[in-house]
Amino acid sequence: MRKILSLLMTALVVFLVIPQSAAAVDSAVEIPYSDSVDWDKFKGQGMEVNVYNWGEYISIDDGEESFFDTNREFEELTGIKVLYTNFATNEEMYAKIKSGGTSYDVIIPSEYMISRMINEGMLEKINFSNVPNFSYIRDDFVNPDYDPTGEYSVPYMWGVVGIVYNTTMVDPEDNVNSWDILWDVNYAGNLFMFSNSRDTFGIALKRLGYSYNTTNEDEIKAAAESLAEQKNLVQAYVMDEIFDKMGGGEAALAPYYAGDALTMMEDNPDLAFAVPEEGTNFYVDAMCIPKGAPHKEAAEMYINFMCETLVALKNCEYVMYSTPHTEAFKYLDEEVQNSISYPSDEIMEKAEAYTALPVETTKLVDSLWTDLMSSANTNPYTVPLFLGVCITLAVAINVYKRRKKKRILLEETSVKK
Amino acid sequence: MNKKSRILAFPYLLWMAVFIIIPLILIAVFACTTTITVDADGNRLSEEDVLSIKEEYAEVYGEEADAELENAIFEKKVFTWDNLLGVSAYMPTLINSIWLALIATVICLLLGYPVAYIISRMHYSKQKMMVMLTMLPMWMNFLLRTYAWMTILENNGLLNKLFGLVGLGPFQFINTQGAVVLGMVYNYLPFMILPLYSIMTKIDDRTIEAARDLGAGSANVFLRIVLPLSTPGIASGISMVFVPAVSTFIISKMLGGGTNMLIGDLIDLQFLGNAYNPNLGAAISLVLMVFILLCMSITNSIDDEEMEAVIV
Repeated sequence: MRKILSLLMTALVVFLVIPQSAAAVDSAVEIPYSDSVDWDKFKGQGMEVNVYNWGEYISIDDGEESFFDTNREFEELTGIKVLYTNFATNEEMYAKIKSGGTSYDVIIPSEYMISRMINEGMLEKINFSNVPNFSYIRDDFVNPDYDPTGEYSVPYMWGVVGIVYNTTMVDPEDNVNSWDILWDVNYAGNLFMFSNSRDTFGIALKRLGYSYNTTNEDEIKAAAESLAEQKNLVQAYVMDEIFDKMGGGEAALAPYYAGDALTMMEDNPDLAFAVPEEGTNFYVDAMCIPKGAPHKEAAEMYINFMCETLVALKNCEYVMYSTPHTEAFKYLDEEVQNSISYPSDEIMEKAEAYTALPVETTKLVDSLWTDLMSSANTNPYTVPLFLGVCITLAVAINVYKRRKKKRILLEETSVKK
Repeated sequence: MNKKSRILAFPYLLWMAVFIIIPLILIAVFACTTTITVDADGNRLSEEDVLSIKEEYAEVYGEEADAELENAIFEKKVFTWDNLLGVSAYMPTLINSIWLALIATVICLLLGYPVAYIISRMHYSKQKMMVMLTMLPMWMNFLLRTYAWMTILENNGLLNKLFGLVGLGPFQFINTQGAVVLGMVYNYLPFMILPLYSIMTKIDDRTIEAARDLGAGSANVFLRIVLPLSTPGIASGISMVFVPAVSTFIISKMLGGGTNMLIGDLIDLQFLGNAYNPNLGAAISLVLMVFILLCMSITNSIDDEEMEAVIV
């Protein structure tokens, strides 16, 4: 019986392994891990590393034949256990860390959040002698604006914002290479915008020829005005819902991130992507270590692992964002190298990254954003009126009730008498 | 209350203290405070001051700057009314949420009341079946159900395709206030039906028969027997629909296209938005809570009164 079982098992194993190894050969590259650091350093010590990353932002077991599970590979290589959690927005991540009580070792925020966290002393300096693979990072990503001393972050992925458009719905005469098309009345009700204030205001500012990082109140108010004009044309302000909506042909135009645009274009071949000539936002997500991280050295090892050529390549292929890793880039298909993920120097020259804004500016943008998003042009006097009515009603009912009770009580006592 | 029942109530009291009372106090504290940066003597520093001090320290102390700064700049919480006063800027949003929630509650009541009555008059075995059917949508995840409505209401959605077949439309359903109200009604209808049903099953058939015997018509039976006896159900149904509806944020986000911001979205924005401002968020929550308490006291007092009327 046991023999039969083991035979069956072998058959099963062979069956499972064959197609996988075949696929592995197919997907080409075998890049060995470098021996830049001592991967075995923490083996058998029960060490762990707590990673906090965007959702869908790392190569994992996605059920495809030749998957590469980054965290499992790391665990096998180093013996360090990876505790992996996701966040949906930079702000969510920030709020969680700011409120305290967390113990993340590696976080992957975007550039403007990194600069804000540096300003607020929320990040730990990285010991770059533990991250020798940093040498693979493209020169133009070293000491960036958001981290001018280059001590706090290691770039992971990057990309630009552009306009995703449906070629069957957009008139070929119209110029998709300009933000103006998002203000074109011909596309009323046929376009989406971001549902976060930074990206939406950024587009309006760029269209008017201002900087993304302006702190000039008049410029920001002008942007808000132009957004108010645009509001009637916008079908909805969305974030992740856009994948379904653009895929299903719900609208003709929408600004979005290049990497995600590629994913959408795979689903719906009618879609295309253009980068406006006025200049666009260029974003970087980078790996950082939050202040007070309990396993700093393991975190540095993880960051170094993420900068291994094979790992960077696999993650880049999975996520479809652009990689700042020079070696991994060489292994990419030529088609990808020349795609929208790696825009021309001309575009990059005009591209601008976000930096942290002063509190006053952020507050102004947020209140203008709230005004924009609130539909009602309600009369301000309705509020006190409404509350007044509620309170009088509550008081009146209570008074009435008390009187009635008293009356009943009186009647009862008179009856007793 | 005897000793034994007090001991039995203890676990819940503890639960309430830890997860309800303390958070409520925290909300009130957050709503009435703000964080400022001060120097060692307690003088308030502006943002520019802090930056210049940081630069200065970085030059003087180099690597040790961070450690030295900890002795120079402090964060301090101070009492302020500003957050609560600041809420008034968002009153139109609050009014809009209340208005939409009110409409949704009325629709729920109009839809739910007859259903609850019909179910409560059915044979006992059928009642169970019908109650289960009412609850059935709640077995599915709330987000999933709302997401499904998105596909139905979209411009290229199921509903518009259906209209397209007969040569009508397309109509704009999604991203309107109507869609938000629809989402509220759909998601909270069971919360209206269930309390109404549980009160109505207690109405004895014989009471209605007696009224009929004494010559009351259908309208009279309804107005003078069924309606007064079911008021407690109406009151709890209203608060169970109105309260979650007024504070919802995901329905307006998914079905309102982002432009129909409700008070819940606003609170969400303070905690997870660009301008991280938990103090203002707490202040808005506080105002909302006071408002809800007010509404509940109104419905409760109506409830009591009717009960008294019935008993007397």
